[in-house]
Amino acid sequence: MNTPATALEFRDVSYRIADNRILDRLSFRLEPGRTLVLLGRSGSGKTTALKMLNGLLEPTSGQVFVGERATGDWDLIELRRSIGYVIQEVGLFPHFTIGENVALVPRLKGWPAARIQSRVAELLHQVGLDPGNFLHRYPRQLSGGQRQRVGVARALAAEPKLLLFDEPFGALDPVTRLELQDQFLELRERLSITSIFVTHDVREALRLGTEIALLHRGRLEILATAADFLKSTGEEARAFLSTL
Amino acid sequence: MSPFLWQEIARLTGEHVVLVLVSMLIAAALGLPAGILLTRRPSFRPALLGFANVMQTIPSLALFGFLIPIPFIGGIGKRTAIVALVLYALLPILRNTLTGILGVEPAVRESAIAMGMTGRQLLWQVELPLAAPTILAGVRIATVTTIGTAAIAAAIGGGGLGVFIFRGIATVDTVQILAGAIPAALLALLAEGGFSWIERRFSVS
Repeated sequence: MNTPATALEFRDVSYRIADNRILDRLSFRLEPGRTLVLLGRSGSGKTTALKMLNGLLEPTSGQVFVGERATGDWDLIELRRSIGYVIQEVGLFPHFTIGENVALVPRLKGWPAARIQSRVAELLHQVGLDPGNFLHRYPRQLSGGQRQRVGVARALAAEPKLLLFDEPFGALDPVTRLELQDQFLELRERLSITSIFVTHDVREALRLGTEIALLHRGRLEILATAADFLKSTGEEARAFLSTL
Repeated sequence: MSPFLWQEIARLTGEHVVLVLVSMLIAAALGLPAGILLTRRPSFRPALLGFANVMQTIPSLALFGFLIPIPFIGGIGKRTAIVALVLYALLPILRNTLTGILGVEPAVRESAIAMGMTGRQLLWQVELPLAAPTILAGVRIATVTTIGTAAIAAAIGGGGLGVFIFRGIATVDTVQILAGAIPAALLALLAEGGFSWIERRFSVS
């Protein structure tokens, strides 16, 4: 099997709502297995960019490629089932047990029941939750940190090619956040799935990103490795680095 | 009280129940899909909700009266009564279906879409189960109201417990009035109890 050299690409992507430019001619590409952090202030367009990858939003102009294909050429249902998605509010289904929540995408993809069952147990282990204890509980019975672990397990369930994280740890206390960041790094070591991670926390960006893209008012200010980002002299980059 | 009265109570209560059940089934069969449609087509909301609202504001006796001269759905008898009761029951079902589905947490809906659920899967596996308590509350309100309103159906020959009440008023006979009012009140209480049992039985969160 030959892996494509590009996992995803933004080609001159703009997004406008009325006269408001949310994204302004964004272009970059990412190699497979890397973690790109989209860093920026609120309203910089980072979440908008993320949502274009799984077709929750469509570019006003330009193209977004996932694998070899532009998102417009994908069957959106198929595309989304091949992408893991984790958001700050987690969005677990309150009427599904933890097990059913994690099993969602495999079930939608029609995996056999036995395979789903073993996959769910394996995933809960991976994110540090004992399946015996958690499988049959409901989301409301879990703490915020536990819920977000379930959210990560759900995103990983159907062996996605791409993982999208939208400020997933933003609502957690600092200690839990650190734990989940460690877990993310550990999972990346093991699974090496291409990931996009949205955050406004420069510490988190430096810890998790193999590269960092800084967005400012819908434009890409810089795209650099974590080491190079630290040396960056741009005004917005300095503003972020000054918070360290 | 004569055994004849008891027999008539049983018969008219039966008629009353059939009137309510048929009306509620039709109202639900119209109101649920219409409510779902309104969640997908916001531009239809003012017209449909407006119509259902207006129907509710017409005094029930007047609505029964209005329907009598209308061809096909009107006239004297059960059919006209059912049409009027359906029009009354529509609003709570329609509105609660709409608010129940719109009340699903945006993050849950977004997750469902982002996980690759089709529109149909989103509706049946996420939106309807989560909206179910609200929808059920709408059906409950509609049912209990309909049990009361159905008593007026007798005014246009629709039968039911209203027959006692109208006869009792006309002849100033309290026994007759109570023979209609008490079973109607008991039916309403029974419906309330039944619905709260269902709500308890199926509440998840």
